[in-house]
Amino acid sequence: MSFSFFRFGVAAAFLLATLGAAHADNITVAYEDGGKYFTEDDIPTFQIDEDGTVDWPTYSGFRRYHSECHVCHGPEGEGSSYAPALKKSAIEMDYYAFVDVVVNGRKKVDASHNSVMPAFGDNPNVMCYLNDIYVYLKARGMDAVARGRPRKKEPKSDQIREEENACLGF
Amino acid sequence: MRKILLGAAAALLASTGMSMANDSVMSGTKNPNGWVIQTGDYANTRHSTLSQINRDNVGDLQVAWSFSTGVLRGHEGSPLVVGDTMYVHTPFPNIVYALDLNNYGAIKWKYEPKQDPDVIPVMCCDTVNRGLAFANGMVFLHQADTTVVALDAKSGQVRWSVVNGDPSKGETNTATVLPVKDKVIVGISGGEFGVQSHVTAYNIETGERVWRAYSMGPDDQILMDPKKTTHLGKPVGKDSGLNTWEGDQWKIGGGATWGWYSYDPDADLFYYGTGNPSTWNPAQRPGDNRWSMTIMARDPDDGMAKWVYQMTPHDEWDYDGINEMILTDQEIDGKMRKLLTHFDRNGFGYTLDRITGELLVAEKYDPAVNWATHVEMDKSSDQYGRPQVVSKYSTEQNGEDVNTTGVCPAALGTKDQQPAAYSPRTELFYVPTNHVCMDYEPFRVSYTAGQPYVGATLSMYPAPNSHGGMGNFIAWDGKKGEIVWSIPEQFSVWSGALSTDGDVVFYGTLEGFLKAVDAKTGEELYKFKTPSGIIGNVMTYAHDGKQYVAVLSGVGGWAGIGLAAGLTNPNDGLGAVGGYAALSNYTALGGQLTVFKLPD
Repeated sequence: MSFSFFRFGVAAAFLLATLGAAHADNITVAYEDGGKYFTEDDIPTFQIDEDGTVDWPTYSGFRRYHSECHVCHGPEGEGSSYAPALKKSAIEMDYYAFVDVVVNGRKKVDASHNSVMPAFGDNPNVMCYLNDIYVYLKARGMDAVARGRPRKKEPKSDQIREEENACLGF
Repeated sequence: MRKILLGAAAALLASTGMSMANDSVMSGTKNPNGWVIQTGDYANTRHSTLSQINRDNVGDLQVAWSFSTGVLRGHEGSPLVVGDTMYVHTPFPNIVYALDLNNYGAIKWKYEPKQDPDVIPVMCCDTVNRGLAFANGMVFLHQADTTVVALDAKSGQVRWSVVNGDPSKGETNTATVLPVKDKVIVGISGGEFGVQSHVTAYNIETGERVWRAYSMGPDDQILMDPKKTTHLGKPVGKDSGLNTWEGDQWKIGGGATWGWYSYDPDADLFYYGTGNPSTWNPAQRPGDNRWSMTIMARDPDDGMAKWVYQMTPHDEWDYDGINEMILTDQEIDGKMRKLLTHFDRNGFGYTLDRITGELLVAEKYDPAVNWATHVEMDKSSDQYGRPQVVSKYSTEQNGEDVNTTGVCPAALGTKDQQPAAYSPRTELFYVPTNHVCMDYEPFRVSYTAGQPYVGATLSMYPAPNSHGGMGNFIAWDGKKGEIVWSIPEQFSVWSGALSTDGDVVFYGTLEGFLKAVDAKTGEELYKFKTPSGIIGNVMTYAHDGKQYVAVLSGVGGWAGIGLAAGLTNPNDGLGAVGGYAALSNYTALGGQLTVFKLPD
């Protein structure tokens, strides 16, 4: 099983932290790379056309969210009686902090809390799609995509397909 | 109180190894003053012969006392009552309280296990627990982390404890246990984590493991005799739990056993259902995937299966078969029959002969059900007993990465675990149901031990072209397979029902109402808004000659997760999105017991 795509992400995080780079705008697309969109700070972000067509990672994030996250966090990042609304977390949290929680988990256990986010670091069904889930939730948090299944999407690029297969080890 | 003393004597006998069935449970369930196991009785009828509260006076019901459990998560199951003591359980961390009924529920003792909180996130869909069981002077708790504990009912001291599974592999527990004869029978959760699930019997006095029966695997693991164990009247044959799977998929095959258990002391068989095969992506597990989605009839002494019936071969929708098996004796075509009635997640209400496993009735108990046209009842057909799947709604036939739309019911089923009641006076079943449909898109997933193993995306919405609500509370004739009356509800009805000789039926709603309706007509007779949504089961007991009704509030579970934010129908126009009721506008977390009585 290869997590090469993810390792690249960690390396990038390290580099950024070292450089102390901080950019206020966490949303606006600065450039595209093989069907994926990034901010000026190389943070993954969503791209939605005027006719509602979403980028492939946002669509993929919709699917993966509703497979891996939905059973605790409720539909479409809205939160539940069990776990918080991730559409807010994706906006409020720094990308690297968000990734850290997904990879390593988080515990809030005391007299009034019994919240435990598991560590998904060795789960390829999550890790190979982490950026997809992140951009989908960010799009939800900004109300850039409505609840429900995105109706129109960009095709899956060859680059995304290759990276996915490499990550899953197929 | 005399009956209770007799019960205690029987318990004493049982502990000396003289018991048949479990005398303590048998006498306890015959005494209407108490409520000794979650299902009310071995037959899982959830019917009480108490009649002080009846159709004519239930409208006067008032709150007698209440009790906060101190825990916020979803509260399923119900309290028990044995003599002067009420036993109340909570979701994780699975606290047990013994409350004094002579003193407004003052706490006699409290037991709080130490559990690793890492078990919380491997419990799919909330940290619920469906309650305690009482037998032989002990209260049995099956914790989230799969530790089974026998507590001394008087002191709360641990008599024995045993670990049934490994949460680091996704093995957890939400279910109650079945005390039967000299054993405690327990199930396991983990269908969404690729657990090869099982049912296990422990010695009731020592906690020593006696046998374990897996849902799939070789014959010596599934405890089936290829010649003697039957499926729809025919021997199951050799390796039925292997040759209906491709490769080693059965080793991560699911078939969790997290539902309810019933027992027929005359036939000496216990009954339960198995859950979905893993993963939710049917393309990854060709074959019938036996014995997931199956009604099992087993011998409690050695675990051997007498008969089985697989309701949903090769599941494509997550229609777990774990719902309760209600045992009744009713007349069909002039003959008394020993029946088993089961309201499956797949939307069919099944009636079988519980001795032979013969299929008698299989009809839809929600008209919205559309994934299959019918269950084939022609014994000469090679399709006998199989649901006739509609291609359009087959997530297998539509394939991976294709979104199959408009499937009814949704994955949470026409009914989930919330148990129905049966009144022998009306011969009707009272069934809490969901009225929700879904889109389902399966895709390929990898298995990692202890990680979710799902492989499908789904979105759920209220059944289209209906009353717009997400639930119904229905009365069902199990002999004919017909709905007699149906009460529309805004949300899924996620509370277990109770019927009584007062010809009243009780249930709770997700907004938090306890409701009482007329057993014959369904007419609403009483409602009271408790502090939080009800996913617990209504129970009744009598103390000092007065009847009480009690229910746990505390929203959560799958209902709290799925419905908190409201549902949207992706197939509706954009204007309708968000147009359905959000449960979070009606209720918030908080565990509380509310006890009702008639005015003094």
